Amino acid sequence: MAAVKKGYFGRYGGQYVPEMLAPALDELEAAYETYKHDPAFREELEFYYREYVGRPTGLTFCPRFSDHCNGARIYLKREDLCHTGSHKLNNCIGQALLARRMRKPRMIAETGAGQHGVATATVAALFGMECVVYMGEIDTVRQALNVFRMKLLGAKVEPVLSGTKTLKDAINEAIRDWIANVGDTYYLFGSVAGPHPYPTIVADFQSVVGREARAQCLEKEGRLPTKVVACVGGGSNAMGLFKGFLSDPDVELIGVEGGGRGLGGDDHAASLCAGTYGVLHGAASYILQDDDGQIKGTHSISAGLDYPGVGPEHAYLKDTGRATYTLATDDEALEAFLRLSEWEGIIPALESAHAVAWALTHKDELTSDDVVIINLSGRGDKDAEEARRVLEGRL
Amino acid sequence: MNRIIESFARARREGRGHLTIYVTAGDPSLETTAALVSELAAAGVDLVELGIPFSDPLADGPVIQAASQRALERGCTVQGVLQCVARIRETCDLPIAFMTCYNPVLQMGPETFAREARAVGADGVLLTDLPPAEAGGWCDLLAANDLGAIFLVAPSSTPERVELATRLSTGFVYCVSRPGVTGTRDQLPPELADLVQRIRAKTDRPIAVGFGIAKADHVREVCRIADGAIVGSAMVKVIADSPDASTAVERATAFARELAAGKTRS
Repeated sequence: MAAVKKGYFGRYGGQYVPEMLAPALDELEAAYETYKHDPAFREELEFYYREYVGRPTGLTFCPRFSDHCNGARIYLKREDLCHTGSHKLNNCIGQALLARRMRKPRMIAETGAGQHGVATATVAALFGMECVVYMGEIDTVRQALNVFRMKLLGAKVEPVLSGTKTLKDAINEAIRDWIANVGDTYYLFGSVAGPHPYPTIVADFQSVVGREARAQCLEKEGRLPTKVVACVGGGSNAMGLFKGFLSDPDVELIGVEGGGRGLGGDDHAASLCAGTYGVLHGAASYILQDDDGQIKGTHSISAGLDYPGVGPEHAYLKDTGRATYTLATDDEALEAFLRLSEWEGIIPALESAHAVAWALTHKDELTSDDVVIINLSGRGDKDAEEARRVLEGRL
Repeated sequence: MNRIIESFARARREGRGHLTIYVTAGDPSLETTAALVSELAAAGVDLVELGIPFSDPLADGPVIQAASQRALERGCTVQGVLQCVARIRETCDLPIAFMTCYNPVLQMGPETFAREARAVGADGVLLTDLPPAEAGGWCDLLAANDLGAIFLVAPSSTPERVELATRLSTGFVYCVSRPGVTGTRDQLPPELADLVQRIRAKTDRPIAVGFGIAKADHVREVCRIADGAIVGSAMVKVIADSPDASTAVERATAFARELAAGKTRS
């Protein structure tokens, strides 16, 4: 019903938030508009990308993995080598610089796997800001190490007991905190979901991934990749990679969702593959819901993909056909987790293992003409405990 | 005339405040909700806000969140709440406004929802996460079905947003008393009178104050500066703390009577 307005990607996006937050989003949008092209801001961002995050990250060729993929040339974009162990810090640095310019002394964030929470706690420590991270109680258990890391970094971790006690409820609780403390608090949202302007801001700060990958591929291969692949929960690492190739129509963009135990039941987190049009957390997008518009519980072996919604720009890319979205099941992701570790000496995060799994399950469609970039959005150290539990006896 | 508008007009005529009570439909059951609403008219309540439970309510504190979760677990649906209103209307003329989030309405289809809401005898709707800027088409649907539109104005609302919300609020303007989600407080914020004045400067439409209004003294204080008061979490808690359905109706009605004593402007 909404006409075309600011913050929309086709019919997706918008600002579906309680009135209490609308002025804060306006303030954030104004600050972002002021600084996004400001040379001093960009220079400072580049400085921290280089000196603190450790950018540029490598584009690593995987010879043994490639051998198992029909001879296609498989590269990994090494976001796992970013400080804190995932791509999340790219966005956190950018938003923290915004928050400083907006003179907000307090920072809040939601987290699923804990990667975004750790990255937020890290920038809060770096810039001396107060930090509270909301995390579903179930996730605090399966990602206990990240809870400790956040505390080590000086953040307060609030376990969320409402609803399904996972990422979506952590977002609810963070939004409620923001409603109550809107004057002095910056909400450092971690994905390309949520109300406008977050999808745009987060995609901007993550687009460095795609820019680097494109240039690195041209340098190493003398041509663009044929396919780029990334896992999609909310969708920030995928959007960061895709942004580098949106204007290259011959580069196939492939997003891989958390397929859990498959689409037969509700035990998955595949919003784009199995969801329908709806409004969640401030934006219209594909969401997993029942006939009555109630949000469904989700399941994925990876806490970072365990989310019933997805960024609105992904919804738009799906509808326009520019990107293709598919899924990898828990088992396929685990298999990829094992294979990449064994063949390349790189332990991927369980989230990123979903993108790696795509290459294994689609290897028969690949040829030696293919150059594939997989976004290795995070490293697997945080998942060692969970993987050990599930894989006990297999190794 | 729309019952909501009429109820505020009557309160003004009688020189007293207006009292709105929020209850979450389906907690503990839709039968109880229907029985309770029918009792509230005689207890001095002027308007009932009926919460249609949603799984992820952003603007609600723990009390109403828990009530929504209980209602959903017991199988409360949008259609069930609509039928509950139809049942209430067999015996009771009390104005009823729905309060919920956008997504359940979106899934039914906003047009169907508005038409059915009207058909069962509801009088207005507040969608807490549909701000005025996104609500153009929605307001037309409400108007076409003689349903009052209700929008929130918060302490953080800019003058432009106050202007827009008051212009679109054909039912009444819902003034949020303080920053934060729904939930009870001991005291009203000192800045509240200023906020009501800011809204009053823009509109003659009724202004009702909610969020944190928990007792008769609050109602009395609010009715001195605004047209009316809205009590939500405090009432939901009374219902939740009752051991069974009939006690819930009894205690809630008694609490409503107590609150209604605050409507006098003496």
